[in-house]
Amino acid sequence: MRYEAPETVEAAVGLLAGAAGDARVLAGGTDLLVQLKTDMIAPALVVDIKKIAETRRITEEAGGFRIGAAVSGAELKEHPRLKTVWPGVIEAANLIGSTQIQGRATLGGNLCNGSPAADSVPALIAAGAIATVIGPAGRREIKVEDVVVGPRKLSLTKGEVVVSFFLPARPAHAADAYLRFIPRTEMDIAVVGAGVSLTLDDAGICRAARIGLGAVAAKPLLAEEAAAALIGQPENDAALARIQAAVSAACRPIDDKRGTKDFRIKVAGVIARRATEIAFARARTR
Amino acid sequence: MQEKVRDLPREPEYRVVGTRPIRPDGVDKVTGRARFGADLNMPGQLVGRVLRSPHAHARLVRVDTSKAEKLPGVKAIVTRDDFTDQASEFVPAGEMLINYRDVVRNVMAREKVLYEGHPVAAVAATSPEIAKEALRLIDVTYEVLPHVMDVDDAMLPGAPLLHEDMITQGVTPAPTTPSNVAKRVEFLLGDAAKGFEQADIVIERTFKTAPVHQGYIEPHAVVASVAEDGQAEMWVSTQGHWVVRAHCARLLGMDINKLRVTASEIGGGFGGKTVVYLEPLALALSKKARRPVKLVMSREEVFRATGPTSGATVWVKMGAKKDGTIVAGEAILKYQAGAFQGSPVGPGCMCAFAPYDIANVKVVGFDIVTNRPKVAAYRAPGGPISGYAVESVVDELARAVKMDPIDFRLKNAAREGTKAAYGPKFGPIGLVACLEAAKKHPHWSAPLGKNQGRGIAAGFWFNIGGETSVSLSLNEDGTLTLLAGTPDIGGLRASLCMMTAEELGIGADKIRPIIADTSMLGYNFLTGGSRSTFSSGMAAVEAARSVIKQACARAAKLWELAEDAVTFEDGFVKPAGENAGKHKPMNLGDIAKIAGKTGGPIVGTSAINAHGAAPSFGVQISDVEVDPETGRVSIVRYTVVQDAGRAIHPSYVEGQYQGGAAQGIGWALNEEYIYGSDGRLQNPGFLDYRIPVASDLPMIDTVIVEVPNPRHPYGVRGIGETPIVPPMGAIANAVRDATGLRLTALPMSPPRVLAAIDAARAAGDKSLKVG
Amino acid sequence: MAKIPLSFTVNGDPVEVLVSPQQTLLDVLRDELELTGTKEGCGTGDCGACSVTVDGRLVCSCLMLGVEAAGRSVGTIEGMASADSLHPLQQKFLEHAALQCGICTPGILVAAKALLDRNPDPTETEVRYWLAGNLCRCTGYDKIVRAVLDAAADMRATHSAA
Repeated sequence: MRYEAPETVEAAVGLLAGAAGDARVLAGGTDLLVQLKTDMIAPALVVDIKKIAETRRITEEAGGFRIGAAVSGAELKEHPRLKTVWPGVIEAANLIGSTQIQGRATLGGNLCNGSPAADSVPALIAAGAIATVIGPAGRREIKVEDVVVGPRKLSLTKGEVVVSFFLPARPAHAADAYLRFIPRTEMDIAVVGAGVSLTLDDAGICRAARIGLGAVAAKPLLAEEAAAALIGQPENDAALARIQAAVSAACRPIDDKRGTKDFRIKVAGVIARRATEIAFARARTR
Repeated sequence: MQEKVRDLPREPEYRVVGTRPIRPDGVDKVTGRARFGADLNMPGQLVGRVLRSPHAHARLVRVDTSKAEKLPGVKAIVTRDDFTDQASEFVPAGEMLINYRDVVRNVMAREKVLYEGHPVAAVAATSPEIAKEALRLIDVTYEVLPHVMDVDDAMLPGAPLLHEDMITQGVTPAPTTPSNVAKRVEFLLGDAAKGFEQADIVIERTFKTAPVHQGYIEPHAVVASVAEDGQAEMWVSTQGHWVVRAHCARLLGMDINKLRVTASEIGGGFGGKTVVYLEPLALALSKKARRPVKLVMSREEVFRATGPTSGATVWVKMGAKKDGTIVAGEAILKYQAGAFQGSPVGPGCMCAFAPYDIANVKVVGFDIVTNRPKVAAYRAPGGPISGYAVESVVDELARAVKMDPIDFRLKNAAREGTKAAYGPKFGPIGLVACLEAAKKHPHWSAPLGKNQGRGIAAGFWFNIGGETSVSLSLNEDGTLTLLAGTPDIGGLRASLCMMTAEELGIGADKIRPIIADTSMLGYNFLTGGSRSTFSSGMAAVEAARSVIKQACARAAKLWELAEDAVTFEDGFVKPAGENAGKHKPMNLGDIAKIAGKTGGPIVGTSAINAHGAAPSFGVQISDVEVDPETGRVSIVRYTVVQDAGRAIHPSYVEGQYQGGAAQGIGWALNEEYIYGSDGRLQNPGFLDYRIPVASDLPMIDTVIVEVPNPRHPYGVRGIGETPIVPPMGAIANAVRDATGLRLTALPMSPPRVLAAIDAARAAGDKSLKVG
Repeated sequence: MAKIPLSFTVNGDPVEVLVSPQQTLLDVLRDELELTGTKEGCGTGDCGACSVTVDGRLVCSCLMLGVEAAGRSVGTIEGMASADSLHPLQQKFLEHAALQCGICTPGILVAAKALLDRNPDPTETEVRYWLAGNLCRCTGYDKIVRAVLDAAADMRATHSAA
């Protein structure tokens, strides 16, 4: 196995595009090293992107934020403004694993590992995040919900690497929240995960909504119909009940060692409803 | 909050025993200096790796190592051909029995592989990469057979047979055809059928539990070195290095004295490190390679291939009169043993009704083999399973006769003189004291919130004594060195120093405790059965008394007095009686200075089979909160009340109470093995084998009850195992209190709890209290 | 496989070793530098026994390649005590009997120190969630949490007295 740590995106792309055998991107390493250790993969080349400045920065851009793909969850949490503007994204990134994992795990890695249960992805989807990807053919932008197409399958082509995420500017009365269900209080992979982002008008009526769901389908989902059920609604029992039912209906989960289909369908609705309540409460204060 | 309740007045008053000094091995452990199994390296050592079966059940047709042997860097390979078959012989291993014929097959498969992870070969090479490549080059031919994973399935006619010659023991007349049932055991007291006729209420339930692993954080590790003349040494993480020595000498055909085994610090065992896995392989590889070989299991190997405790099906039937008297108890326990016979169904049967004085008891147990790793001891082996079932039914009985759960247990509690269903009459025991302390505890009367419930359960463990040797040397400056042989799994060295210091009238810091290697002392049975403080303590006291006797004799010689004219008091040898005051008292340092000229070095030894181990009873109170929309159960408050006899070092007694309770909480809520239909383990890691994490638990309050054991010089009872017995029952009873629903399968994971709540709601079940 | 020279700092001392690219930082610490205080409990980041700090950040050393530590400052359990005394956390762990077998203790001490370096006055809940990645099978965490809170109080008192 060869290890390279290029300092420019172009060099990284060149290495990945030109690799003869299996080549992997290394950001936080919290998934990659587990896969190496358990012999799930045996890459010929590992390309560490952490020396590339663009992947390690958080900058304010066009009223929003551009977050480098290799910024760790812990660093995200320490940014003075991010957690106020995007509390859901920050709490999602900081639910991954443990304090130690959050010291290394990145949004780029969490997305590109391609797990349907990744914690930060539903929150990024709900936020309407856009991934900037650089490859041999140049730079392009992809909606986060279009990056993962199946378990461990990405829509990226050989040589492409995610370098940053753009979170758009927030209007007034907008807020997000992320909740997941796990059997313990920490450390588990999400059995279901729900990211909810809302924009309210001055009267507290929901005018825009996005819902991202994790671990309930072959890939993280943008639940458009469920989110549509919130538009024009205030926060009341009927709206919340509708969201719960709509999210359950949107789920296409499997039975696996972490949860059964039925359990996931049921609990996804509950978790999404609870996340919606938190998002409403936060949005009213912003 | 931690407190103590004493059954007897505080008498005698101790100087050292009962205080909380810093443990003598503590600084090494908080600085990273302490060396565990994988922390030692020998010069020239090779890396060992084990090739394991991917199949749950198969004939092992051929193991072809020829390609692997040619790989440069591979220095030795062993297979079944390198181990002599062993005749059937049962020997004790902790509180369980093992059979050498099974042991040799478990460490290296012979005719068949019987579980996924069963070793089929082992290599020693100059690097981990070469060892890994060597395993890949070993060509194994399997004839895959159907497998059976569940206890009830294994008993069905036509189930795949693991051992074609297994005829159930304990059944008369003996069966004529083989089965997966290794044995049947029975414990009878009175006449259960007649007893039930007197009952006003009869409750029967069937419970199911899943296998759970001891979950020690340190994987198995060993370094072995065999020289050309057959003398060997081994460094190993183990609960019993004399036992390891015996097993290895037997399997490798060595004289016992040729093998010198040193126990490293041990990173948790809980019974799981009382047996051998890697050790014979490391020795066999080292013998072939003529170099030291280090073998360390990965976490995945620990889960796939080392002994969990049994999963089980338990049926319990109990009858009581309207006034709350339990008149009869019956149970059938089916425990799975894994690939080879020897589940803890016997102790499970014995413990089942032990906390209660019941005139009529019938307990029947079955030991059943299945295609899973061989079960090993896990803290009170067998007890938590039957305890969960019985305490659940006791809870229902108490509700049926409308009695407070503590009062119901007090009415029926085993006391001094009660005859236990498994045979003996109890001496002084602390169950009633524990129940009364629980009743008075603020936890019992604290208010509960929404969706919360409270449960209580009692528990018991016998505790053992056993063969123990120690040596106590008086050094030239009056300090002492104590060699003991029971590995310290959680504070033993502190307690040994304290008892010895108490005897000698000196400070505990004047004694340095060392866990010796097998060449330095007579035989020591392993640390298990909650025996080490009891047994090594008893031996240390005897050795200390011998040192005192010798010190007195030396002083008497110096003072030209008869030996009985000299006494020892508060650390000083003094002339007694009519000679009192005639000579300056001598402390141990003074004695040490004259030792040489009065006869030689002063060493106290003790080699005993410690008798008089006494049971420890306990009671635990659990408050839970149930989320009715997700089924998640949280522990919101927890209290452990248990009889320690006498707490030598209260902090380490509290630690055992809290640690055992935490393991029981994991067993109750989230821990289980998940196998696919292919017989392969799907959760061989701490990610999906879910032990409690720090945020899952509240503070665990403890109450140390002291009903001294009259047969130990300091009243000690073993206490390490009892704490894992009550939690599952206490939590199931708390969930019942919170939800109105009785959960009869473990773990009570969120999907199970939610399914029960939803089913009750759909059926309009009026007992449902939540959501 | 050709070895790569690797230079970094451990507990303030510069070190230089030859490593294979796939060796983890944990492997390098234990096998190349013989610093066996950091333990491998699982190798997959689920138990925290391998906890170290890298440039002050708490991480699992089993989830970092050794080569990623180039030029970085790594802190292990061996560097926690000063030349003349144990760290207050180490002392409190001993006083509170916050360890039984001790295998998780180095990882927990490193993690707890990383917490108190950032948050000198944590609540019980904050301590528990910070330490959720450090598994302990012996203690049930009660005495560990008490020891951390007590050490934090001591350190705050010393700090304000200074």
